[in-house]
This record gives sequence, structure tokens and C-alpha cells, in this order.
Amino acid sequence: MLKQTEGSAAVAEAVALCRPEVICAYPISPQTHIVEALGRMVAAGQLAPCEFINVESEFAAMSVAIGASAAGARAYTATASQGLLFMAEAVYNAAGLGLPIVMTVANRAIGAPINIWNDHTDALSQRDCGWLQLFAEDNQEALDLHIQAFRLAEELSLPVMVCMDGFILTHAYERVDLPTQAQVDAYLPPYEPRQVLDPADPVSIGAMVGPEAFMEVRYLAHAKQRQALELIPAWADEFRSIFGRDSGGLTHTYRLEDAETVVVALGSVLGTIKDTVDEMRERGTRIGVLGITCFRPWPTEAVRNALAGARRVVVLEKSLAVGLGGIVSNNVAASYSGSSDLVHTVIAGLGGRAITRKSLHKVFSEAVAGTLEAVTFLDLDHAVVERVLAREREQRRSGPIAENILRDLGVVAAKIG
Amino acid sequence: MFQVRIHGRGGQGVVTAAELLSVAAFREGRHAQAFPSFGSERTGAPVVAFCRIDDRPIRLREPILAPDALIIQDPTLLHQVDVFAGLVPDGYVLVNTTRSLEELGLGEFLAHFNPARICTVPATELALKHVGRPVPNAALLGGFAAISGRISLESVNAAIREKFGTKIAEANVAAATEACDHVMKEMREAASAQAD
Repeated sequence: MLKQTEGSAAVAEAVALCRPEVICAYPISPQTHIVEALGRMVAAGQLAPCEFINVESEFAAMSVAIGASAAGARAYTATASQGLLFMAEAVYNAAGLGLPIVMTVANRAIGAPINIWNDHTDALSQRDCGWLQLFAEDNQEALDLHIQAFRLAEELSLPVMVCMDGFILTHAYERVDLPTQAQVDAYLPPYEPRQVLDPADPVSIGAMVGPEAFMEVRYLAHAKQRQALELIPAWADEFRSIFGRDSGGLTHTYRLEDAETVVVALGSVLGTIKDTVDEMRERGTRIGVLGITCFRPWPTEAVRNALAGARRVVVLEKSLAVGLGGIVSNNVAASYSGSSDLVHTVIAGLGGRAITRKSLHKVFSEAVAGTLEAVTFLDLDHAVVERVLAREREQRRSGPIAENILRDLGVVAAKIG
Repeated sequence: MFQVRIHGRGGQGVVTAAELLSVAAFREGRHAQAFPSFGSERTGAPVVAFCRIDDRPIRLREPILAPDALIIQDPTLLHQVDVFAGLVPDGYVLVNTTRSLEELGLGEFLAHFNPARICTVPATELALKHVGRPVPNAALLGGFAAISGRISLESVNAAIREKFGTKIAEANVAAATEACDHVMKEMREAASAQAD
């Protein structure tokens, strides 16, 4: 059914259609609307049998999800930013134990300085924790990826994180096609756990493992994720046959035919990038786009194949490996058969900085002209940075950087972009 | 694509206005995208919300930098925020005020724009009259339907009824309808004044 609704509401409805049995969450912007909506559905009895458990922290939220999943329940939670960091130990445990929990991460920056706006720092900080990580381009895909996530998680017995851009998607009203319960039921069979805490058939889950077996447990986690690279496209095909649309899979390609320059990105910024690429194509620039839907497992072959004809690659990412440069670009460079010198990193949109077509035109044109630096910070205000550096040269007690910059900038409430 | 930017203050239903507008457009078979400016919204703080309307799916995620229409829910923002930033030359402007554009100090500035597309409406007063609360958003959407012709009053009212419970919805529908009539009358008067 077509509906004009908020991204968070659409995701809540999709999760509800997946018949979760335990939902536990601690509120944090911009995830809150999702779990509020689910809480209302549980309270109204629309989602039975399902228990909504209020917890005192994100660490407790993931711990409850672990317990529920180990007891054989389909478990769901959602978080963002500092909340994801606060639950990090349990996030690793969920993956290490092989429990098929699904979690939405409404992507948001990580402090300090405290910032509630969107970037991908939170999810990418957990890239090596053993969860599958899927990134939604729009609200339709966010909705669809949750349905696919439960299927993937339970088939693989691994947890899945569905990442959607905080505010930009979670708080955006747009058209979505909500599937029927019958469609979701046809795609997602009832949960049959590989391991379950059952008093009638007792097992231990979570025992200490020493050097004699730890490597093997870790290897199997890796091997399962690599195996998922074959299964994810197959399940996306099955999704298409039931729901009638393309969603999910490993990557999305756009206008890659004869593209000499390929832009790689994750999440909702792909829309703005595609509009920019259309405009550049109209002027004869041979440029295309590779969207990464599945960030973990990393789709090595799909990326290598998509970039096979590229003479240069621009990875635009909302994340930063401080002291190195890009995170996504490092993954891309490892999958690109050409020289890694031809893979440019553009760090963009940190802490919610708007990414505009105007700025994308400039940076893509520089890439095409061969003048783009190896690492670029999109729309960085160099004057502001220089002022901080000058202050630090001039005085030992130069003060807190963030507050000094805010003072230098003055009131910014009037700024629209 | 038709792009609308709504300026107001926290508590005035700015974000809801953009959402309602997107629902109204959706009901007319259009694609629409509404989103807020994502601030830590506090009562009284300047808030911006955006709505794009198009005949094809909307992929663009940047803020609306060159709006085709502006809805200004609070005239005290006029001298605090650059609300007119990027407004296209033939753009629409609807201001919630009981005063005239000249009294607001905008006469000279707005002389560069198309006068047939600039209007005022006492939306807060209409909201107080019908809803009993100073929340001007629904009334302004009624006025916007009249001035822009981009959306029907019926669709705006249907969106209001979809969002709110019967009692509040009907009060807001009454405010939107009266605002629509008010703007149509103002436009007719301006047109006949021009004809004279």
C-alpha cells in the first residue's frame, strides 16, 4: 500500500510486519520515533505476542536482546551514536554468540563535541564487530532492508544492523510502499533458532574459550560473512519476486556504462550524488555511481567488477579514520584493481554538514580534471581552521577548540544550509 | 520540481506544516519529500522545514537553497534570519501577519518580486479563533493553496484530517478554509487595484 509517511514510522511498521517477539530499546535521537511507534503498537495489542521491555541504558537494551534471542525469541532493538558506543561490548557479544538480532542504527555523529546530526561515524566504529551492516539509500529501502535483515540474520545465525541516515531519512516524510502481512510472511518464515536455551534440552551458551578454539570460532564468523556475499543477492532476488521491487543486495550501480570516473558512497547521499551525476552526464562527462548497500560483509568482487572500467574513483564518505583519512575508501582501494593512487577520499557531511549539488559538482569536476587531492574535506572552512592554528601558535593556553570556533563564527541560527 | 521552505519558531508546527503539505501533494498523486532542518528544536527557537513536490521520485537530499515558495510563520524572524535567501525571482511568499508588507518594512525589498505572488494572512488570529491555540500552520497551508494554486484546499484539509483527531482536525480545517478565502480575496483586490 502506498503511503506518505515518516521514515521512522515506515521502519516501525516494517519491523512490526516481521512479527518480533521482544523489542527492547533506550531512546536516543534520531532513533526515538521508531521505538516510540513500536511501543505504541505493543501497548495497543496490535503486535501480539510481543513484549516491549523498557531498559535503563543501551547496554541493557542489547543485553536484553541477547537474552531474548538466546531464549528463542525474534529480538529487535534500535539505537544511534553514543548509544551504540555504550552498548559496544554487548554488540560484540551478540555477534560472537551468533544471535540473529536485528538492530536499526539511525546514523548520527559521535562526540565530543556533542552533535546530534547525521554522519556514519557510529555504525562504522562497529565495522569489525561481526554484525552484517546494510545501508539504506531512501526510506523505501530502509523499510525493505529490515524485512531482509530478519531473514538474513536467522538464516546465517548472525546479527544484522540496518543503517539509515539519522534525520535525513528517519525524519523525512516520503512515499513508501508498505507490504502486506502475507507478503512478509511468505518471505520470512517463523524463527527457528540454531541454538536455544531450553530447560527441556539444556545447553550452555557463552562459555569461556581459550587459545585452543578461539581462532576457529573467529574464523567461522568470518567464513559465514563471506558466505553471505553469495546469499545476500539471492535473497534480494527472492525479495524482488515477492515484493516486486529491487531493494538490498550488495551494491547498486548507476550509469556506470563507459564511466571513467566512479563515485562510491553509502546511504541517502547517493540521491544527491545521482542528481549531480545526471547533470554532469548531460554535459558529456563520463561519470557513474557505485552505491554500497552491504558494507559488512564487504562485497569485494562486486566492487572490483563495478570499478573495472574506472580510470579514477572518488569515495565520498560521512566518516573519518582520524590519522588516516577515509574508512570506506580504504575498503574500496583494497578492492580496486588499479593503483590506489587513483582512489580519492572525500570526507563529507560530518556532524550533519549539508552536502549540496554545488559542492559535489566542484569536487567531481576536480576529480575528472585530475586535480583532486588524495584526501579532501568537502566545504571545509579553511579560514576557521587557520584561526585556531594561529591561536595555538600564539598562546599556550589557547582554550577549548570547539568553543573557540563557535565564538569565532558567532550566531549561526540564521544559517539555512 | 516545486520547492517550499517554511520558517517559524519551535512550537508553531513548522515541521508538521511541511509534513502536511507533503501528504496533501501525495494525495494528488505527486511525489513529495518533507524534512525538518534537524536542529535541537526548542520552543521559540528559529526552525526551518522543507517540502519538495515533483511528478517523479525525489532523490535530492540537500536543504532547499533556492525555494519556489516561502511560508513565513513568524514575522519576527524577518529581521533575525535570512528567510528570503535564494528565493527564485518569480517565487511565492506568504507571511503570517496582521500588518501590511510596508508596515513590516518589506515593501521596498519585495518590490523586486512578483506582487501577485506575495500575500499576508493573519494565520495566528485565525488559529486562535478556530483552534483556540496560536498554531498558525494549518491556516497558512490553506493560504498557500490559494496563493500558489499548486495544491488544492481539499487536499490540504484531507491531510489535516489524516493527521489529527476529529475535533482538532475540524478546527484546523476551518482555519485553513478561512485563510484560503482570505488570501483569494486579497489577491482579487490586488488584481483589481492593478487593473485600475
